Amino acid sequence: MSEHMEKFHSQLEEFFRDRLISSTLYREQITLEVDAADAIHVLTDLKDNPEFQFEELIDLCGIDYLSYGKADWETQSTTNSGFSRGVSQDVYDDQLNKPARFAVVYHLLSISHNRRIRIRAYIHNEPPRIDSVVDLWSSADWFEREAFDLFGILFEGHPDLRRILTDYGFIGHPFRKDFPLEGNVEVRYDPDKKRVVYQPVSITNRVLVPKVIRHDNRFEKTEPSETE
Amino acid sequence: MTMNFGPQHPAAHGVLRLVLEMDGETIERADPHIGLLHRATEKLAESKPYNQSIGYMDRLDYVSMMCNEHAYVLAIEKILGISPPIRAQYIRVMYDEITRILNHLLWLGSHGLDVGAMTMFLYCFREREDLMDCYEAVSGTRMHATYYRPGGVYRDLPDSMPQYTPSQWKNEKEVAELNANRQGSLLDYIESFTDRFPGCVDEYETLLTENRIWRQRTVGIGVVSPERAMQLGFTGPMLRGSGIEWDLRKKQPYEVYDQMDFDIPVGVNGDCYDRYLVRIEEMRQSNRIIKQCIDWLRANPGPVMLDNHKVSPPKREEMKDDMESLIHHFKLFTEGYCIPEGECYVGIEHPKGEFGIYLVSDGANKPYRLKIRAPGFAHLASMNEMVNGHMLADVVAVIGTQDIVFGEIDR
Repeated sequence: MSEHMEKFHSQLEEFFRDRLISSTLYREQITLEVDAADAIHVLTDLKDNPEFQFEELIDLCGIDYLSYGKADWETQSTTNSGFSRGVSQDVYDDQLNKPARFAVVYHLLSISHNRRIRIRAYIHNEPPRIDSVVDLWSSADWFEREAFDLFGILFEGHPDLRRILTDYGFIGHPFRKDFPLEGNVEVRYDPDKKRVVYQPVSITNRVLVPKVIRHDNRFEKTEPSETE
Repeated sequence: MTMNFGPQHPAAHGVLRLVLEMDGETIERADPHIGLLHRATEKLAESKPYNQSIGYMDRLDYVSMMCNEHAYVLAIEKILGISPPIRAQYIRVMYDEITRILNHLLWLGSHGLDVGAMTMFLYCFREREDLMDCYEAVSGTRMHATYYRPGGVYRDLPDSMPQYTPSQWKNEKEVAELNANRQGSLLDYIESFTDRFPGCVDEYETLLTENRIWRQRTVGIGVVSPERAMQLGFTGPMLRGSGIEWDLRKKQPYEVYDQMDFDIPVGVNGDCYDRYLVRIEEMRQSNRIIKQCIDWLRANPGPVMLDNHKVSPPKREEMKDDMESLIHHFKLFTEGYCIPEGECYVGIEHPKGEFGIYLVSDGANKPYRLKIRAPGFAHLASMNEMVNGHMLADVVAVIGTQDIVFGEIDR
């Protein structure tokens, strides 16, 4: 399996040589990273080229890399503030650990070749924009609406880019890392007005378990596929 | 004319709001409005240590609980690079198939009910009851099991089954009848079910397969060609009903599915009736797999959880007199475990289709991003195409055949 994957990996690298930011083979899964502007061309090739033939778009999702690799609690060295209760989420450095804040990740499946691939397209502009792939795969329709709703990523060329999961008239994009977990508004029934009203949230989020990053070499050592 | 269907409608399978544009009785456009059950499971999971989110997975597709857990647990195991003991893998496969039957029974019952076959619902729930008992015996709960854990399963299969006791509603004789197949271990109980179940499926088929009304309501309704099925991101029985032989248990086997002997049923016409036949046959095949698992599990005792205390908690007895176990226990339940930086996608053959977990870890004790790929989401997205040109009553048949459950679609 893994030998086959390596071969396919190098074949992909060869084919898309100048359009890739990077490509990795991790846990027997191939990830191609591209720029948002190239994404549509790479995806078209992956779908239509008979060597690849990825007929199905299994999944499409957005990612917000704002707080990637930033823990609430310093674990590498002892500091004055490090071994605190670790409940404040403000120990972040401002630097972004990834090429861009937003990315769209496509998971493709080739039924004829029995292969999968993951493509990550980094989006640099603000507000984030990328070309829609609805014309390639119809299943992208709702997936793109979801990514728009939750992350505010605009898909150019999408026929009907409306919110899908959040409430009618919702403000904000809830899966962005700077959107609070408990939200901004809550609803209740107002007996005087005889209707449901919105009001600012009355609850606060309590972090019970701080986010901690530990570099544990026990697991990193097991990288070669031992599951086979 | 515009018509509003749901969200409070018994045939909407939960909280689906359909805005239908109609010309008389004929549908011109269907616009499903979803999200009424949106709980932001993915965002909640980002704020919790890995193990605390297993319970959320049960609540996604709340009629196939353990399969949801399975994908999540496999994703964690994949990044950690661990694999559970072989016995745990067999238990997982057995419970996945029990879950598949559970799911298909609910689908069959409610699909039948929607289309007008009241009896189906009662018949299906009779068998569901026994399978719920299997859930209860192993995990203590009848639905939201939280039974699969990274590194194995929570505990081994019990040696005895809980018994009914006489009450003012049930006398000694009735209770003895109910307890008849509960005298042995859980495996004996499941085996007695698998012996009985093919007969039950025959009963369902007697009621439906040749039934004139059932065929009028399903044959030629919601036809999807194989090309469109792939375009629309169909997976599972929806894809197989359109004639594409694709089953992750065979094509990309996980756990011990490569050891199992079973067949993949495939439809021909891609209509509601073919998808019905595919799912009925899947129940028979699941029964076969369960039987094979029972035989293996009887013959091969062993551990069901990895002995790696960085991931799985130590035994309670060990904790009492071993300092290191105490530390492991404390660390696991306060901070959890960290997963190396990386990402992976794991898809499993869920009863409804491909259920996938895309997990991004930045090396922390919580997922950085968890994306749940729900099969029903892609299926429901095709609603407009599937009902276009059909009558209003066929919308209900299409909702039924898509096996919609809002827990997973809205997440």
